[in-house]
Amino acid sequence: MMSTFLASPIMHNIFAGLAQGVIYSLVALSLVIIWQSTHVLNFAQGAMAMFASYIGMTEIDRGLNYWFCLVVSLAVGFLFGGLTERILIRPLYGKPEINAIVVTVGFLGVIEAVAQAIWTSTTRNIATPLSQIYFHDQGRVVLLSPFVLFQFGLALGIMALVAVLFRFTNLGLKLRASALAPEVARLLGVRVNRMLTIGWMLSAGVGVVAAVIVASGSFGLYPSDMDGILIAGFIAAVVGGLDSPVGAVIGGLLIGIAEQFVLAYWSADLASLGGLIILVVALMIRPQGIFAKSVGRRV
Amino acid sequence: MIRVENLTVNYGAIRALDDVSVQANPGRVTAILGANGAGKSTLLRTISGLVAPKSGRVFFGDRSILSTSTENIARLGVAHVPEGRGVIYELTVEENLRLGAFASKVDIREGLEKQYTQFPVLGERRKKYCATLSGGERQMLAMARALISNPRVLLLDEPSLGLAPLVTSELMNLILELCHASDLTVLLVEQNAKSALRIAHDAVVLHLGTVVASGEADVIANDKNLRHYYLGLVQ
Repeated sequence: MMSTFLASPIMHNIFAGLAQGVIYSLVALSLVIIWQSTHVLNFAQGAMAMFASYIGMTEIDRGLNYWFCLVVSLAVGFLFGGLTERILIRPLYGKPEINAIVVTVGFLGVIEAVAQAIWTSTTRNIATPLSQIYFHDQGRVVLLSPFVLFQFGLALGIMALVAVLFRFTNLGLKLRASALAPEVARLLGVRVNRMLTIGWMLSAGVGVVAAVIVASGSFGLYPSDMDGILIAGFIAAVVGGLDSPVGAVIGGLLIGIAEQFVLAYWSADLASLGGLIILVVALMIRPQGIFAKSVGRRV
Repeated sequence: MIRVENLTVNYGAIRALDDVSVQANPGRVTAILGANGAGKSTLLRTISGLVAPKSGRVFFGDRSILSTSTENIARLGVAHVPEGRGVIYELTVEENLRLGAFASKVDIREGLEKQYTQFPVLGERRKKYCATLSGGERQMLAMARALISNPRVLLLDEPSLGLAPLVTSELMNLILELCHASDLTVLLVEQNAKSALRIAHDAVVLHLGTVVASGEADVIANDKNLRHYYLGLVQ
């Protein structure tokens, strides 16, 4: 009974939607972390994550351990995020928002071009230690594999870690205070500039987890592998509310599932329409985002 | 403890402070008085390093703090309660207090206990978000958050703003008490000259960015011309 339910068409689509959705959720979460702390929409977020995952994962063919490569990717992501904030973003604070948009879009182009120059645009498949073969039950496919379960676990684990860090640690308190009231935080001795750098490092790290999952999946690793995902992640962040990490996660899952249902019941070519439909509906009902805390703080 | 010499501050083409010198000593409350736009807040913001002056010197003890960052001035032991109190509404009472403790090496738990004993109402509301507090409670929280780091200098910007007269009076008594108990240097910026002069030892009167009078608070409080022209006090 249970197994036929898990193998039913509706669960098929829900599992597929969630698998894609957690990736969107991670990207959306990483965008929200940056938006909250520095009010920059980072269009290069996906490309930065792709680059870090290339550095970490590309040598995996030579027999390097997958988990080791995952950790290397994360470390590169942290470093990349911190350096980007220090070098590219810091001069933009207090300037018109369009400056940050131009810089991050330009940076996206540069990173992808450099990645193509170094690694070419050929897709690389990353061998994972976990099987990607779907479970079968009484001859029917259940759209879950050990890798998909790991993907869910990893994404949930990262989200929980981020939540615990922001909610329950001294560092998280300083990060939140720096984002909410930078001047007050400085008057209390918080090194706000350092907090902004740490915010970018964390955000880049969360993005890298998404990029590693993407690279390890069926589409493989290539220089523009995060482009479409960044757009979906953006939509998820806007739908959930740019100042709400919980909203980002739920927005991502919603969009993953919506895309999958459009793909299954309408047309595969129109899959990304699913996210746009959710976006339009969300903007009509709650333009500040479903989980946004207040309208008053919007600028 | 805090010495400001010949301070001049410009905001673009506007001169906010013009050759201002002020000294504040430990165990004394120094009131900075004057009307809106006199430069009172600018003086405190310059001491804290939030505003860069055009010329002049600022000393913490014997140490020049003109090129010290705001964060490091706070860590030296200068607690600045800004205008509007600077309580972060989206954080809980306890989170605001913990934030205040980071500037020093005090044990956070001990510091919290001490402040909850001093301000029992904050202890009762420790898990509440600050947006739910009354004006008086927010002022208590701002004071507790400044005091938790055991500062040596307390900069208070319009603490009486928006408070009922009775609450203001209690607050002023508390400021005086703290000043004596821990040998604090208090710089008290107020538009409410009457309340401030009641507890102040010294006073400085600013008008359009210049010092028009400074000295013992009693002398200032009894000067008929100052009362009339600058302090808005009727006989």
